[in-house]
Amino acid sequence: MRRNVIPTLIIVLGMVMFSAPLLAHHGTAAFETDKKVTLRGTVTEWFWSNPHCLLRFDVKGDDGQVSHWIGETQNPVTMTNAGWGKGSFKVGEEVTVVLYPVKNGLPLGRIVTATLPNGTVLDAMKGLSGVRDYK
Amino acid sequence: MFYRFRVSFILPVTALILSPLAVAQNQRPQQPAPAKESKTGASTGQKSTAVPPHDISGTWEPANGPQDGVQADGVKAMPNDNKPQHQLPYTPYGEQVFKSHHALEGANAVLPGFYDDPRDKCEPLGFPRMNFYNLRETQILQTPYKIVMLYQYSTTWRVIWTDGRELPKLVDGGVLVNKEIKEPRFYGYSVGKWVDDTTLVIDTIGMMGEDKVWLDTAGRPISDQLHVQETLHRVDRDHLEWSVTIDDPKMYTKPWVAMNKFPMKLEDPHRDVMEQYCSPSEMERYNKLFGEPSSGPAGHAPER
Repeated sequence: MRRNVIPTLIIVLGMVMFSAPLLAHHGTAAFETDKKVTLRGTVTEWFWSNPHCLLRFDVKGDDGQVSHWIGETQNPVTMTNAGWGKGSFKVGEEVTVVLYPVKNGLPLGRIVTATLPNGTVLDAMKGLSGVRDYK
Repeated sequence: MFYRFRVSFILPVTALILSPLAVAQNQRPQQPAPAKESKTGASTGQKSTAVPPHDISGTWEPANGPQDGVQADGVKAMPNDNKPQHQLPYTPYGEQVFKSHHALEGANAVLPGFYDDPRDKCEPLGFPRMNFYNLRETQILQTPYKIVMLYQYSTTWRVIWTDGRELPKLVDGGVLVNKEIKEPRFYGYSVGKWVDDTTLVIDTIGMMGEDKVWLDTAGRPISDQLHVQETLHRVDRDHLEWSVTIDDPKMYTKPWVAMNKFPMKLEDPHRDVMEQYCSPSEMERYNKLFGEPSSGPAGHAPER
């Protein structure tokens, strides 16, 4: 009897851990919100879309290895309220991104700020603060 | 002779000039002329006091900031936060349906990979969830016969009839409208009545059942027996209070207030409201690049 329990448990746990999520639009539970990471990289895509905008950028490590990062923001309406726009980033430009990384260690995170080459700091949290900053 | 000519000419001309105004006034008794001043209050430094009667038209937004109407943890007045005062009066069936929903937000939230909110399949949110999720800039248009609400989220509209018709009745198999049984709708059947110059009461029935829609983002249930009553009270020219009561005997043992005098403020009439939509292809791409890998265990890198 006991011999059957452990394999069954392993199978069930395995199914839970590795089954593909049906839907994965998430809340804040996926992020380490008490830890901020600062990254300098090159923009490869700025995806202005719902439910969240995505900034893809490449970061070169000290060893020369390139990590492909993706930072998410809120939706376009909230980001517009914060002064962001579809043209906020250009492919190939260098940006400094501060983000809350995801808990599972993948190169993903929720953007806090992004600093453009001209020194402009875009605040991603501003749209959540109740401020509306559109023209 | 000249005097008689002058009188006989001036009178008809004057009558002609004024007659369209008279006709227009007769045809649109509840439509006051739009205010000429587009910006009051902050822009002029003057406090607005005039309240147009029987008029809630305009573009409105949450007075406490654009995020105030998002209501991610559930309806504004009764969020799902485990506080005793926010416990809903579920029937046994209502509690069973609530537990069958796997919400991503609120006190009963599940892990990101296991929720089943129809919102993220881009299903219609339905009414009254439109009032309880991403209630943002809302354009209200009026004619002598109906009021139309244009919601920003999902670029969705609903119609509230104000032409004096009776509220349809729920019957077996649907909704009785003019002796004809009609189908339930995602946004129901709404009738509005002015109870005084500045207060509109809207009753809505005939919504979709529990297999189609949720009440809010915390996964609270509603059924096809739901009756929603909204009160929109224009406090002054620039402010509106929006209240919503839920009466669903299948899900709840008594009516309860889901939104209590939620404050909205009037925007510049020239404001062009931005789209906020749910696109299945954008949702799919988002989930593939970010949602799924961020929710899963380590080592499942997104495809590049």
